[in-house]
Amino acid sequence: MKKILLVFLFVMAPLASFAAEEGPRLDHVNIDLHDKPSLQRGARIFVNYCLSCHSASYMRYNRMGHDLGISDELVKENLLFAADKVGDLMKAVMPAQDAKDWFGVAPPDLSDEARYRGPDWIYTYLRSFYRDPKAVSGWNNMVFPHVAMPNVLYEWQGEQRPVYQTVKSVEDVEVDGKTVKKEVDTEEFEHFETVKPGTMSPKDYDKAMRDLTNFMVYLAEPAKLVRYRIGVYVLIFLAVFLVFAYLLKKEYWKDIH
Amino acid sequence: MSKLLAWIDDRFPLTKVWEEHLSKYYAPKNFNFWYYFGSLALLILVMQIVTGIFLTMHYKPDTKLAFASVEFIMRDVDWGWLIRYLHSTGASFFFIVIYLHMFRGLLYGSYRNPRELIWIFGVVIYVALMAEAFMGYLLPWGNMSYWGAQVIINLASAIPVIGDGLSQWIRGDFVVSDATLNRFFAFHVIAVPLILIALVFVHIVALHKVGSNNPDGVEIKKKKGPDGIPLDGIPFHPYYTVKDIVGVTVFLIIFCAVAFFAPELKGWFLEANNFVPANVLHTPPDIKPLWYFTPYYSILRANTYPFFGVEAKLWGVIFMGLAIMVFFFLPWLDRSPAKSIRYRGWMYKTALTIFVASFILLGYLGIKKPDAIDFILFKNVYWAQISTILYFAFFVLMPWYSRYDKTKPVPERVTWK
Repeated sequence: MKKILLVFLFVMAPLASFAAEEGPRLDHVNIDLHDKPSLQRGARIFVNYCLSCHSASYMRYNRMGHDLGISDELVKENLLFAADKVGDLMKAVMPAQDAKDWFGVAPPDLSDEARYRGPDWIYTYLRSFYRDPKAVSGWNNMVFPHVAMPNVLYEWQGEQRPVYQTVKSVEDVEVDGKTVKKEVDTEEFEHFETVKPGTMSPKDYDKAMRDLTNFMVYLAEPAKLVRYRIGVYVLIFLAVFLVFAYLLKKEYWKDIH
Repeated sequence: MSKLLAWIDDRFPLTKVWEEHLSKYYAPKNFNFWYYFGSLALLILVMQIVTGIFLTMHYKPDTKLAFASVEFIMRDVDWGWLIRYLHSTGASFFFIVIYLHMFRGLLYGSYRNPRELIWIFGVVIYVALMAEAFMGYLLPWGNMSYWGAQVIINLASAIPVIGDGLSQWIRGDFVVSDATLNRFFAFHVIAVPLILIALVFVHIVALHKVGSNNPDGVEIKKKKGPDGIPLDGIPFHPYYTVKDIVGVTVFLIIFCAVAFFAPELKGWFLEANNFVPANVLHTPPDIKPLWYFTPYYSILRANTYPFFGVEAKLWGVIFMGLAIMVFFFLPWLDRSPAKSIRYRGWMYKTALTIFVASFILLGYLGIKKPDAIDFILFKNVYWAQISTILYFAFFVLMPWYSRYDKTKPVPERVTWK
């Protein structure tokens, strides 16, 4: 038992997981890749809006169609704005150089965004735009301050402004070489307040952004749709095989004393 | 069939090799759990080579194409995602298995006379494996690949006089670039694997020359029956082949659980920062190697004092190098009359426990910021310093504690329950 515990510690110790990184507070999003209608709705938003500026240049239209149950004809009719063939990669409508000239940076490719940022980040980011007259685009973002991207979906979401609360805390401050306790007020973001309602209710907008995030998780790793299913079969096979392997070993070893 | 075999045996020692290394290679009958990891390491080596061959068919070692070609493998190549995950998960599991295999050596004194050469070959394999992993990590050309390579190659520049030239020579450029990627690709797919295979071969040849150690640290060849077969030995085949099949299956269950259900393993096996292409202008918030290098990365960063006027960074590099090199001397540092931990006293047991604890703590601190407090009481860097000292103390003090340690009498024959 002691040995098993030791091995366990040895193997699992590095799994203690990274400590929570400091950063914006993220809302949790419920990802469900079995929810095909959600993935399809997300795909429609992605192709109609995101692909205008961003690319997803490692992904092919027909692969997406095939995985999400959308026929080639439907893909051709409804989703092919920036490409000629259903087998094409999902390039942005806007040429990257133009985008760079207009926004200052080329919009990043979104193929792997969900693996890089994580679904919670994307979900929160999409819902955290607010009006900021000081920003170049007129928009700022709570999750990604001073982001070059404007709130593309403002017609749906409407406009919102952040509400801050004052938090009092005691900090050590150095005054003339001496450490003094001082009460400090910090403004902490609390929630958003709708200034101008959009065409969608906040609830519907959240739902749409959940669909979009769900789709982007799929987009980042299409194999995820089959990986778990195949994994289950592999593990079942190995478990059955283990029984026979063990019986074989026992049979051979019974004459060893 | 027997005619064919005779025909072959006249021209090639097939039966002889089969018997010497399998059907008449006598291994101690008391192997326990810890003796699975050698064959598992061999299994992973084969798996890495096979998956590696298929990855090479689609991968492009070109800074403009590398990242996209990995994504092509993940999306457009049939079963490409599986091949890549087996390879990336295999890399981490290779180190898990090798660390457990080395720990087995420390438990039962497998490095002791007459197995010094086996141990030395083993440490060279470990070093080659580190080189293999380091260079392989650059190939996906993600941002962490790029910056990790940049930081580690730059370590060479800490060496006085020749340092800058040396790191340029390694990179083939002033920064990590296409030249670096191409040469790392060549080393990763040809040079180092060839070296690894050759080393594993001599590792096993040396092992089969002297015979395997066992959990009692008893030489089974000292007690032979009238037929010249060790009394406590059993033929490797079929006994250990069927036993290893069980071990392999259990291993594969754990391995596949990770490869299929959590290939990133929360960032421990595949890092989020490597899902963006390398970007010279965008340094990741914290650059850290993958988990298997973090104990040494910690040792590298632990030293902050310029001893003898030599800059602290260079000492860090020296300590890191020594931390690996010191394994070579292990066979001559150990003076205990007993090989196995079963018959050693409290001193060795304590020393080994502290060593393992400091190694794990160093590994943990390697992914943390030195100035933060993630463990208890002190800043990470202080814990890293303490752990580094304990790490080296295990080796440096070994000639004394292993000699003065009270051992129990070692039995004549292996114990068996």
